[in-house]
This record gives sequence, C-alpha cells and structure tokens, in this order.
Amino acid sequence: MLAIIDYGVGNLFSLSGSLGALGIDSQITAEPAEIAAADHLILPGVGAFGDARAKLDRTGALPSLLEAVKRGTPLLGICLGMQLLFDESLEYGVHAGLGLLAGRVVPIADDLEDARKVPHMGWNELVIAKPCPILKYTKSGEHVYYVHSFYARDCAGSTAAWSDYGVKIPGVVQKDNVFGTQFHPEKSGVTGLNILKAFAEL
Amino acid sequence: MLAKRIIPCLDIRAQRVVKGVQFDAVQDVEDPVHLAKRYNDEGADELVFYDITASYEERRLFTELLQAVASEIFIPLTVGGGINALADFDRVLKSGADKVSVNSGAIKDPALILHSAKKYGDQCVVLSMDVKRVDGRFTVFAKGGRENTGIDAIAWAKRGQQNGAGELVINSIDTDGVKRGFDLELLEAISAEVSIPIIASGGAGCIADFVKLFQSVPGVDAGLAASIFHFQQVSIADIKNTLFAQGIPIRR
Repeated sequence: MLAIIDYGVGNLFSLSGSLGALGIDSQITAEPAEIAAADHLILPGVGAFGDARAKLDRTGALPSLLEAVKRGTPLLGICLGMQLLFDESLEYGVHAGLGLLAGRVVPIADDLEDARKVPHMGWNELVIAKPCPILKYTKSGEHVYYVHSFYARDCAGSTAAWSDYGVKIPGVVQKDNVFGTQFHPEKSGVTGLNILKAFAEL
Repeated sequence: MLAKRIIPCLDIRAQRVVKGVQFDAVQDVEDPVHLAKRYNDEGADELVFYDITASYEERRLFTELLQAVASEIFIPLTVGGGINALADFDRVLKSGADKVSVNSGAIKDPALILHSAKKYGDQCVVLSMDVKRVDGRFTVFAKGGRENTGIDAIAWAKRGQQNGAGELVINSIDTDGVKRGFDLELLEAISAEVSIPIIASGGAGCIADFVKLFQSVPGVDAGLAASIFHFQQVSIADIKNTLFAQGIPIRR
C-alpha cells in the first residue's frame, strides 16, 4: 500500500485519482502505524514552507516517516513536499527542512537576471541530467506542470532533471530512496502519470 | 521556456456543458466529465469550468461534479462562476480546483482579490474581466457582459495585479462569438501594462487565429475558447501541430 501523508495542505483528488487510474492502491493518512507499514510514501504539499513544516510536525507522523525512509522505503516529495526534503528554506524567514537532501530553498526572483513572471507557473520542458529510476518512462523534452515561487539551489548532486526558467529549476531530485519533483506529476498529463508509475514500481 | 497554453472552457448548468448562443438561448452540449476527458486526451493544457447555475442545490451538485472531474483529469483545473467570497474559494479549492477565477465578485468587492491571494497564494487567483469598447475606451462590464461598470479595463487589470491576482483572463465582448479572431488591440494594450500571465478569450474561429494571437502579442500566454472545441470545428491537436510548425513553444 502506498501512503500519501495527510497533513492538511492542498487537495489530493488529482493525486489519489492519478494513482487510482494507474491501478495503484493508496491511502491518505497521518497514522504512524500506517506510514510504517507502507511500501511507498508520498509527501504532497502546497502553500508556504514554514506553515507546512509546522503542520507536518503537529501530525506526529514525522518520526515514523523518517524511520521508514531510513529503512529504505521510497519517498516522493511533490512541489512543497519536495522542498521540505532539503536542509532549509528562506521563504518568509529561515525554516529548517527535513535534511534528507543537501541544498536550500530560495526565491526564484532573487536569482533571475531578466524580467520574468514569478510564480513560475505553467508547462515547462524537462531536461534529464542523469538517469533516475522514476524517469524510466520519460524523455528529455517532455513537458511538466509547475506552480512555485521558490526553488531548490545548491543541490547539483541530487538533481536528476531540470527546466530552464532563466535559472536552472531542479525538476526531479534524488538521493538513494528519496525522490522529489518540483512540478506536479498529478497535473502533468501522461508524462506525470508515467513518473508516478515508475515510482510505484520501485 | 514556458509553453503557450490552449484552454477549453466548459460552461456548466444542471451538471451539463451548455453553450449560450447570442446570450439567451442555451444549448445543451455534453456530459462534462466525458468532454473534459476528451480534451485531456486531445492535449488541452488546462480546463476552465464555469458555473452558470443559479440555485444553492445546483451549486452543490456543481461542486460534486468538480470532484469527479478532478479525480479523472490530470491537468490543471480553473473554476469560475459565482465566486463572491473567501468561502467560495474554499468550496471549489477543496473540491479539486487548482485556480479560482473571479469576475463580478471582484467588482463588487475589490478586496476579494487581495484577501484570497493572501490566503491561497497569487498563483491561485485569476482575475477574469469582460471588456467592451465604449466611446473608444476599453471598459469593464459585469454580470456576464450586461452591466457597464464604467471602470477602465487597463486600470482594472493593473489594480488586479497589484492586489495579487496571479493571472488575467481577458474576454473581449466585441469579438466574442464573432469567430474572426482574438481582440489583438485590447490584448496588446493590457499586456503592455501588466507582467502577470494573460489568457486571451473571445473570438477564436480557426487555427490561424491562435497563430496570429501568439505571434502578434508575445505577452499573451494562453488562448481560451469554447464552442469551436465543443462542436469539433477545430481540434486542439491541429492547433498545436500548426503552432509547433511556426516555432511557437507548446506542449505536445
């Protein structure tokens, strides 16, 4: 059973619908026992980093989540859920992340050299930088759907794919069994479904 | 680089997709979930669901319909119609909408954009405006184009951006339903003054209209249409193939 961590951020209709369309059993939960028993974990998320981190802490699910990851259970963070995997974020103050990936989350606008619209919102091309198991059905040039104003930096080591938006936006990150997508696979059509499928097959 | 988007718009009444012809007579078109799936498969980049129901009971059914669509369609969903308060944002976002489009609700209460952007983020708030030329001036109309507000359209677009709208839908009443192309003059005038994404609406009749839109007004990010897609006069795949051949960035 795949567990989607429920900590009260964002609607999960599309995510659970995507998994359902792929024939993957999933449950939305914050129960430590269910998280410990899950064979795959997804950390979703929209909104602000500090608020989301506080909500996640309040669920009491975090120790079992981190324990499961340490045992090797594959974890996929999506959008803000991916940003939470890093060391820290500078979104409205400095907030500690989960420290599962090296790097920090910073405003896109601070690093842009030309006038571009922020949030980075819409369909952008994925450039695959190195092989990654969740990209086994995906080719460079396919489009994925992004909505975000902050991005992960100083994470070249874990970046498996990126998109160009004046700066290199890490789109897919990975270290061992910890995965993240800055874009929303559940909103990225067939390309997104393929990424979820590859993750569930791990 | 971001791809230009092609967006079908579905007007929903009594859980059916309908199309108003000449504003009054409403024609029943299709089952919304079925039509949304067709557009998803044809390569639509986003869908707009517009609630034109009137009663409380119908609105509840619309919200249930949204949940069904969000569970089966894996592209972004924008929802508009009857958005007058933060509670309406809450209702549709909890039912699977990714973005919420406000129109008359923002004219009645301009602070609605500010408050909703603060609560849900700029990316969530779409300001939709119906614009018509009155004495040579672009003017905002309310209530589905029936009421002249006297508000200058360019000033309204700038104010929407300042208040935190993440995107603008510019619907030209002058070109709507005429099918002779988008209102390039209006779109150019607004895109020169704002820096948030602009969705062009009203007037698409053929593939060439989309090519002309993106080539003539680089500040436009998306083209929206309804009946030409519903009645299969133009296919999304054909539009995208033509745009691609013209070197316009799109998702295929």
